[in-house]
Amino acid sequence: MRAGVLPKLLLSPSVLLVLVCVYGYIMFTLYLSFTSSTLMPTYDWVGGANYHRLFGLENWNVSVRNLLVFALLYIGAAIGLGLGFAILIDQQIRAEGAFRSIFLYPMALSFIVTGTAWKWLLDPGVGLERTMHTLGWNSFAFTWIKHGDMAIYCVVIAAVWQTTGFVMALFLAGLRGVDAEQVNAARVDGARTWQVYLHVIIPQLGPVFVSAVVILAHMAIKSYDLVIALTNGGPGRSTWLPSVFMYQYSFTRNEMSVGAASAVLMLAAIGLVVLPYLVSEMRKAKNG
Amino acid sequence: MAERASRALAFERVLLYAVLLFLALLFLLPVYVMVVNSFKPLDEIRGGDLMSLPGTWTIAPWLSAWSTAQIGVQPTGLRPYFLNSFLLVVPAVAISTLIGALNGYILTQFRFRGAALLFAAMLFSVFIPFQIVLIPMAKTLGVLGLAGTVKGLVFVNVVYGIGFTTLFFRNYYAAFPYELVRSARMDGAGFFGVLLRILLPNSAPIIIVTVIWQFTNIWNEFLFGASFSDFSSYPLTVALNNLVNSSTGVKEYNVHFAGAFIAALPTLVVYLVSGKYFVRGLMAGSVKG
Repeated sequence: MRAGVLPKLLLSPSVLLVLVCVYGYIMFTLYLSFTSSTLMPTYDWVGGANYHRLFGLENWNVSVRNLLVFALLYIGAAIGLGLGFAILIDQQIRAEGAFRSIFLYPMALSFIVTGTAWKWLLDPGVGLERTMHTLGWNSFAFTWIKHGDMAIYCVVIAAVWQTTGFVMALFLAGLRGVDAEQVNAARVDGARTWQVYLHVIIPQLGPVFVSAVVILAHMAIKSYDLVIALTNGGPGRSTWLPSVFMYQYSFTRNEMSVGAASAVLMLAAIGLVVLPYLVSEMRKAKNG
Repeated sequence: MAERASRALAFERVLLYAVLLFLALLFLLPVYVMVVNSFKPLDEIRGGDLMSLPGTWTIAPWLSAWSTAQIGVQPTGLRPYFLNSFLLVVPAVAISTLIGALNGYILTQFRFRGAALLFAAMLFSVFIPFQIVLIPMAKTLGVLGLAGTVKGLVFVNVVYGIGFTTLFFRNYYAAFPYELVRSARMDGAGFFGVLLRILLPNSAPIIIVTVIWQFTNIWNEFLFGASFSDFSSYPLTVALNNLVNSSTGVKEYNVHFAGAFIAALPTLVVYLVSGKYFVRGLMAGSVKG
């Protein structure tokens, strides 16, 4: 049915909010990144000076390097483990529901909550190291969270723990959609279980891998809460990510235009990851 | 021969369950640590280890986290911030869900120019890093007089929740049997008649999915809370982070764990009661179209 006045009228507040508060604000932040704003927005044009300054800042370069390390390890580990968990659960086990729930529950928790738990678990003074010493393993050392060159791996551990169950759920849905005839044919030919997975089932999961990579990459770029709760960016600036950089420069260091430039680059990174995926998904939906 | 094969198979099953049980314990460990240590006196944590059960059980850390622990400069405990989160979540979830249902209805049952583009624009808004809107939104809230208020946070969470709620309802109504809508229209049902008498009564699953999704997201939200609230309007996540990461004084691990568990409890309960719908939301949020 063609839309009359009423549907259009009722849709318009949402349209307006999305246009202004999403796309309008994106344009505003983009514009700010070309001004000399410090504490408050100003509207004088300074060209690409802020981007030039950004690329010269060690704080930014550390943040980007951390993001690359974090994203690669996080995506790789979450997908590897998620697929592994899904295959284990797919073996017609008992209490399947209970195992699924246990692997997935971290997704229901706030990163601030899980960051707090991991912060003290990984702390050498009270956590894992202490436990091993109490058990008599006195040479055991786990001090990553206190060392600038290792702390980012602690963020990876906590993030993987939080997200693996979600990736598992994605793969489980994919596994249930695998062509059963091909699997049976491979079994009849005498293929072992692991061979069936490697040569018949996993190759059919391509679309799930793509979805998982896109979603995890976008989550990695947006990661903020977990770092704040777990390490607060430290020790020093060793676990800064672009999200931490943006907040610091925009709101505590009074370099709003530099913060805006960093936000623009974060958006660009997400666009590069997400837009091709969305376009292809929408095409698929259209072509049925 | 057959016996040997079946024995190997039995061994494989035992190994499978052993691995699964080990992983399950590993996944439960952080919550176990939170709960166990929230019932220990502080000197027991410092002198002992995080894995052992309490020697003396005490609920003092819970009482402290709830009503006397220092948040910033005030010894208020988490209670007022729990209330803030509650006052934030209830209207934000209700409003964004209603808007999502209305949008989903209009986008699927009516044809108009630019509908596909509009939906694509809403869909992409779900993915943007919110850092890109923080500065102008801070300015907007200031102009509206909503800076540092729970109302302001309600507004922000509704605005950036519309994309998700619209997506959920649109996909649900797109698969809704068209004959039902058409016959209702033939019987003279108007715009609201179709929505209230045909669509909404058949929308229980997607309403539950959306409410749970929005509730979990907004209850756990941190960035907007940290950016747009002040001492009087902190949501629980910001207050908890403040409690744990304040650098002054003795680190009261037991109080931190009790506080973390208090913050986790509402979403955890919702997950335990209706995990199926939570998972559906996750899947719907990740598989577009």
